[in-house]
Amino acid sequence: MRSDRNASAPLGLKVAAGLGLAFLHLPILLIFLYAFTTEEKSYQFPPPGYTLQWFSVAWNRPDVWEAMGLSVRVASISTAVALVLGTLCAAAVSRTKFFGRETISLLVILPIALPGIITGIALRSAFSFVEMPFSFWTIVLGHATFCVVVIYNNAVARFRRISGSLIEASMDLGADSFQTFRYIILPNIGTALLAGGMLAFALSFDEVIVTTFTAGQQSTLPIWMLEELVRPRQRPVTNVVAMIVVLVTFLPILGAYYLTRDGDQVAGGGK
Amino acid sequence: MTAVLFQQVSRHFGAVRAVDSVDLAIAEGEFFAMLGPSGSGKTTCLRLMAGFEQPTSGHIEIFGETAEGVPPYRRNVNTVFQDYALFPHLSILENVAYGLMVKGVDKAERLKAAEDALAMVKLPGYGTRRPGQLSGGQRQRVALARALVNRPRVLLLDEPLGALDLKLREQMQEELKSLQKSLGITFVFVTHDQGEALSMADRIAVFSDGRIQQLGTPEEVYKRPQTRFVADFVGSSNVLPPDFVEHLGFGKHYASLRPEDIGLGEGPGRKSFSGRVTAASFLGAANRVTVEANGARVAAMLPAAVAVPAQGEMVTLSFLPQDLHTMDGAQ
Repeated sequence: MRSDRNASAPLGLKVAAGLGLAFLHLPILLIFLYAFTTEEKSYQFPPPGYTLQWFSVAWNRPDVWEAMGLSVRVASISTAVALVLGTLCAAAVSRTKFFGRETISLLVILPIALPGIITGIALRSAFSFVEMPFSFWTIVLGHATFCVVVIYNNAVARFRRISGSLIEASMDLGADSFQTFRYIILPNIGTALLAGGMLAFALSFDEVIVTTFTAGQQSTLPIWMLEELVRPRQRPVTNVVAMIVVLVTFLPILGAYYLTRDGDQVAGGGK
Repeated sequence: MTAVLFQQVSRHFGAVRAVDSVDLAIAEGEFFAMLGPSGSGKTTCLRLMAGFEQPTSGHIEIFGETAEGVPPYRRNVNTVFQDYALFPHLSILENVAYGLMVKGVDKAERLKAAEDALAMVKLPGYGTRRPGQLSGGQRQRVALARALVNRPRVLLLDEPLGALDLKLREQMQEELKSLQKSLGITFVFVTHDQGEALSMADRIAVFSDGRIQQLGTPEEVYKRPQTRFVADFVGSSNVLPPDFVEHLGFGKHYASLRPEDIGLGEGPGRKSFSGRVTAASFLGAANRVTVEANGARVAAMLPAAVAVPAQGEMVTLSFLPQDLHTMDGAQ
């Protein structure tokens, strides 16, 4: 079949595409809309009136701040842990040959392929097996399992594009291991790490399933929202927070997309 | 003074003996070539000198100091890599200044030195460009400048001309040679191109299967190959079987005889043999004739002025006895 770039698509196709996009994105706009409604008990369409009061209500509720603070801390520390471990693992897998290398590569990627509920249950039983009380750190551990994968995947792809002789050349010219990492490896994998880190942060920030199994009494932001939905009062506060979550997670993902898209120029091979 | 000394050096990778009991001594200021086919161990020897590999056994000295356990960044040795290995994220000037930068030379001084090095390899003013913007030949010069700016006592070159086209390669051969003369630095050069090794090196080590087959000046290696491998690999010498050599009166040995040392017809003081022409080809300056004599195939290079014998014709060929070299213990 021949396709002509300049030919206009038939009207039916345009409408179908429009409907598809609307189905994907209108619900998100509705969430934004309900953040401004005056009706607090149910989601009524169209909203009976518009107000900005829920922003100040949300601002003054300590539970919102607590949940948000916890999520930010968990996401930051999980991402930091994943950056170190994921980079080291990627370096080992792509730079050296050792027995079981492919297996390790697969095992590292596995947590993101496994359903979150399996990871959650597995971690929960592991924590209780070693009698580790649920805390902030158990949440971080749970999140780090899939954050490592994201960093690893980004870093390993970039590592493979760095010609091996670059590192040897740096050593040959008198740079020790730290200098070689600082001046040669880091500039070449930097954008990959930044992109992976943003993605990991976003994943951790809205994670529910693993968190449910690894958190104690604390609520991260997504868990807090789930709890809020079943309460009848001050519903639009949830919408206000949802808006913020969308912004906090969407912007890094967008950033990651742009950074990796231009990656080719940054990490050209040795030739 | 000995620049690089190998004593019974071996490097094994599992069951593979990449380098097998190699002895060599490279003199200071020498242009030394390591010649051999791929997998012969020449590059591993170079990597042993650079410090990227450690010997499985044996002893290495660089300017009298033990090299075992000394990492690449503490050796006063620099390498020009086969793929040049220029840092893609740095400008040409930063690439050249890299070695001085990591040693803590201050910025103005190292940039000045890098500029000078670029001028030395005839690339002045290219400093602001990126490696990706240069041609293969230019990158090769940058790699050379980047190594030389550190004033190494030994410069290692790993097939540096392999990726260049013929004309550029010939030009670079001359430049490398004159650069080495003017700087007085010991150059150790790895190549699989025997023409390159013969034309540039002061001495050549011919490698095969991890061992040095022969070590000598280009003339020695070319004219008096000690093993069949060397005779075969360096140029295209005739390797004569023992029976044939005995028949000519030299004893029962393998022997080498250069095609260009063989002439048509007999002459005073010359040894002669006759055979049937199996092939003849025109090469411009000379004609290459292959003759089958006493069960041996012998190639002769005849001047273009001599009429080419027809295929199947019986001819008499001769050579001076001193041009035939018997090989002891030839494998």
